[in-house]
Amino acid sequence: MKTLKNIYENIGLPRLIIGLFFIFLVVTSIVLGFSPAALFSDVLRRWLMYGTLVLAMVPGIQSGIGLNFGISLGISAGLLGSVFAMEISFLRNWNEVLGAGAPWLTLLLALLFGIIMAAILGTLYGMLLNRVKGSEMTVSTYVGFSVIAFMNIVWLSLAFKNGELSWPLQGRGLRNTASLSGSFGGLLSNPDVVQSTQPAWLHWLAFKIGDFTVPLGLILVFALLCFIIWLFFRSKLGIAMSAAGENQLFTTTTGINVDGKRIQGTAISTVLGAVGIILYAQTYGFLQLYNAPLMMGFASVASILIGGASVRRAKISHVLIGTLLFQGILVTALPVVNEVIEIGTLPEVLRIIISNGIILYALSKTKGGNQ
Amino acid sequence: MSQKTNVLQKAGSFLFDNKVMIAFAAICVAAIVLSGSPMTFIVDGVFTRITRNTFTVLALIIPVLAGLGLNFGIVIGAVAAQIAVFCVVYWGFGGFSGMLLSVLIATPLAVLFGYLVGKLFNRMKGAEMIAGLILGYFADGLYQLLFLVIIGGIIPVNNPKLIISGGVGVKNTIDLTGNLKYAIDSVRMVDIVTVLFYVVLAITAIKVVLHLLKKYQLHKGDFILFGVVGLLFGISYIPVIERFLSTDRLGLLDALTAVLIVLAVVQIIKIVKSIWIDKKPAKNLVKPILALLGYGLIFGLTFIPEIENVLLFVKLPVLPFLLIAGLCWFNHKILSTRLGQNMRTVGQSQSVAMASGINVDQTRVIAMIISTVLASWGQLIFLQNIGTFSTYGAHTQIAQFAIAALLVGGASVQKATNKQAIIGVILFHTLFIVAPQAGKQLFDNAQIGEYFRVFVSYGVIALSLAMHAWKQFKKEVQPPTEGIDLGNSALSPMAEKQQILD
Repeated sequence: MKTLKNIYENIGLPRLIIGLFFIFLVVTSIVLGFSPAALFSDVLRRWLMYGTLVLAMVPGIQSGIGLNFGISLGISAGLLGSVFAMEISFLRNWNEVLGAGAPWLTLLLALLFGIIMAAILGTLYGMLLNRVKGSEMTVSTYVGFSVIAFMNIVWLSLAFKNGELSWPLQGRGLRNTASLSGSFGGLLSNPDVVQSTQPAWLHWLAFKIGDFTVPLGLILVFALLCFIIWLFFRSKLGIAMSAAGENQLFTTTTGINVDGKRIQGTAISTVLGAVGIILYAQTYGFLQLYNAPLMMGFASVASILIGGASVRRAKISHVLIGTLLFQGILVTALPVVNEVIEIGTLPEVLRIIISNGIILYALSKTKGGNQ
Repeated sequence: MSQKTNVLQKAGSFLFDNKVMIAFAAICVAAIVLSGSPMTFIVDGVFTRITRNTFTVLALIIPVLAGLGLNFGIVIGAVAAQIAVFCVVYWGFGGFSGMLLSVLIATPLAVLFGYLVGKLFNRMKGAEMIAGLILGYFADGLYQLLFLVIIGGIIPVNNPKLIISGGVGVKNTIDLTGNLKYAIDSVRMVDIVTVLFYVVLAITAIKVVLHLLKKYQLHKGDFILFGVVGLLFGISYIPVIERFLSTDRLGLLDALTAVLIVLAVVQIIKIVKSIWIDKKPAKNLVKPILALLGYGLIFGLTFIPEIENVLLFVKLPVLPFLLIAGLCWFNHKILSTRLGQNMRTVGQSQSVAMASGINVDQTRVIAMIISTVLASWGQLIFLQNIGTFSTYGAHTQIAQFAIAALLVGGASVQKATNKQAIIGVILFHTLFIVAPQAGKQLFDNAQIGEYFRVFVSYGVIALSLAMHAWKQFKKEVQPPTEGIDLGNSALSPMAEKQQILD
C-alpha cells in the first residue's frame, strides 16, 4: 500500500490523468481500426520534432530563471539562421555544385548562424533577466511576444532572391510558410527524401519497417543533444549552475557567481531553442515564419511541466515523458475525435486547455512568487 | 533665482515621470504627419475607439490599486459578456431591453468568474500577472469548447443564423445588426434626462420619507441635486431644446461647447464665492481667471475653419460617454470608502494590512470581482458599438490592448489613474489608426505599419514590466533606511545575498 502511494506521489495527479488519457486514446484508436504502426510513427515523429524545443527549458529552469517563455528569442535566431543559409545556398547554387552534399551544408550553416545569434541574444537576454529577478516569467513572456512581432517586420522587409523563401513577383517580404523540400527538409527523418537524394550508404538515416517509419538520424541527433545536456549537468559547470538555481544564498557563500550562471543557463536555453526550431522545421518540412512561433514557448513549457518538472527542477526524463504525452495526445486525438464526433477543431481546443491548464497548475503549486 | 530652478526642476520631473507618455505622443505625432491622413478621419476614428475601449481600460484600475498588478484576467469578464450576448441574440431579444437583459445575464456570470479568479490568485500571490495571462488562454480554451462543441453538440440549439451548417458549434461571426447593434449608443438624450429625473425624484422622495421618519438627515446637497436635475428636465420641454435632445448623437462641437460652459460656470461661481462670500485676497483669483481665459481661448480656436470642420464632422454617442464618466467617478469615489482604503493598504503591503485587521484575501477577491464585472460591461459596450460579434476573436486581444493602452498613458504595475487610462486610450488608438497608412508612406507597405503597432503594443508591456521589476529588484537589494518593508520579507534571502556580494 505504501509503495503504491509512493508511486502515485511520484507520478502526481496531472501526469496520471494525462497519461491515462493518452493510453485511452491509443486503445480507442486501435479499437477503431487505425493502423498502430502509422499511429506510432506519427507519435514518434512529433515527439522528436518538439523534443529539442522542450529540452531547451531544462537549462533555464535549472539555472533559476524559471519557465523560459522567452524561447521565441532562440526560435527567431534559428529561423533567421535557416533563412540566411538557404539564401546563401541559393545564391551560390550549391544544389548543382555540391549535389547531395548541398542540404547538409545548408543545415550546418543554418545551425551555425542560429547558434551564434542565439548565443549573443541569449547572453543579452540573460543580463536583462538578472535585473528583473522575481518577475522573470512575466517579463520573458512579453519579451518573447515583442521579439516575434519585431521579427514580423524583419520577415516583411527582407528582400531575398530564393524563390522558395520570397513571394513571387514582389521585391520584398518572405512567405508565411517556406517549403524546405529543395533544402534540408526531411534530411534526417523522411525516408522518401533520404532514399531519393542521398547516396546509398546514408540510407540508414530514415527507413521504413512495414508501416513504421524509423527516423534514425533524427533519433540519434536528439539523443546526442539529450546526452550532452545530461553530461553537462554532471560536470562542474553544470552542478554549479543547478546549485545557483536551487539556492542563491548558499551558492553565493560558496563563491559561485550566481548571476553569471544564470546568464549561461539562459544562453544555453536560447541556443537550444535555435537548434530546436531548425530540427523542428527539418522534420516538418516547412519553415514557419511570422506569427507561427508565437505560442511555441507555451507548448514547450506545458510539455516539460506535464513531464513532471516544476518551476525550479527539471530533468531530461521530464522532457522525454512530457513531450511524449503532450504530443502523443495531440496526434492520437485527431483521428479519434474525427471518428467519434465530427469536430475537427476539438484537438486544437484540447491543446489550448491542456497546455494552459498544466501551466496554471504548476504555478499554483509554487506559492508566493514567480520563482 | 531659486524659483526659476524650482520651475526647471518641476518641468524636469514632469518630463521624467511622464516619459513613456511623452515618447509615445511623439511617435503618434510623427505617424500622423507621415500618414498624411485627413484630421477628420483620425479624430473620428479615435473618438469611435474611445467609445468602444475606454470602459474596459478603466476596469483595470481597481486591481492595480489592490496590488494585483495589471489584470490580464479581464478576458474572463469579456467571455461572460459574450455568453450573455449569444443567449440574448438566440432568444431573439434586441434593442435597449435586450441590452439590459445581456447585462442581467453577464453580471452574475462575471461575479462568479471574478470570485473564482480571485480565489485562484490568492493561491499564487506574486505571480498574478503571469497567472492571469495563462488563465486568459485557458478560459479561451474552455470558451471554445463551449461554443464549438457543447453548443449544438450537447445542448441542442437550432438556429441556422447562429449555428454552423453541420448543427454543431457557433458560427465565426454573429451579426448584431437589428438586435444589439447601437443598443446603448442610440439612446436619445431626452430619454436619459427623463430617466435621470425620475430616478433622482424617487431617491429624493425616499430621502424625504426617511427624514420624516427621523432616520436620515437631509442636507443642502440633496436639494441642489434635485433642483439641477429638475431644471434640466423642465428645460427639456422647451421645443428648441427638445428637438436638440431628441437625437442620440452629440456633435463634438456641441459637446465641447457644453463642457466649456459648465467649466466656466464652475469657475465663475468660484470667483463670485471668493470675492463676496469668503472675501479672500485677490491673489486667489489668478487661477480661476486664467482658467476662464483658457476656456475662452479653446472656444476661440473652434472658429478656425480646419478645427471647426473636424469638430462638426465627429458625432459622439451620448450614453457610452456618460457611462465612461460614471466609471471614472466610481473609480475616484471608491478611494474614499472603507473598501477603497482597505484595497490601498493591501496594495501597499499585505503584511501591514493583515496586521491592521484587514481581511487581505477577501479584499483581493472583491477587487477581482469588481474588475471582472466592469470588464464584462466594457465588452458589451464594445460589441454593441462594433456591431459584429466575432465569436472566437472578440475577447482574445482585449487584455493585451487594454493593458498596453493603460501603460502608454503612463501607468505602471502599481499606480494607475483615470487620467492615465484616458490619455492612454487616445494615444494608443491614434497610433492604431495611423500606423498602417504611415507604414505605407514610409516603407511602401501597409502591412509593416500594422506589424509595427502590434510590436509597439507588446513592446510597451514588456518594457514597462521590465522597468517595474527592475525598480522592485533594486528596492529589495538596497532596503530603505527607515523601516524595512514587511511585505518583502519572503524575498529577503535575495537581498541578503546581494549585500554579501557588495
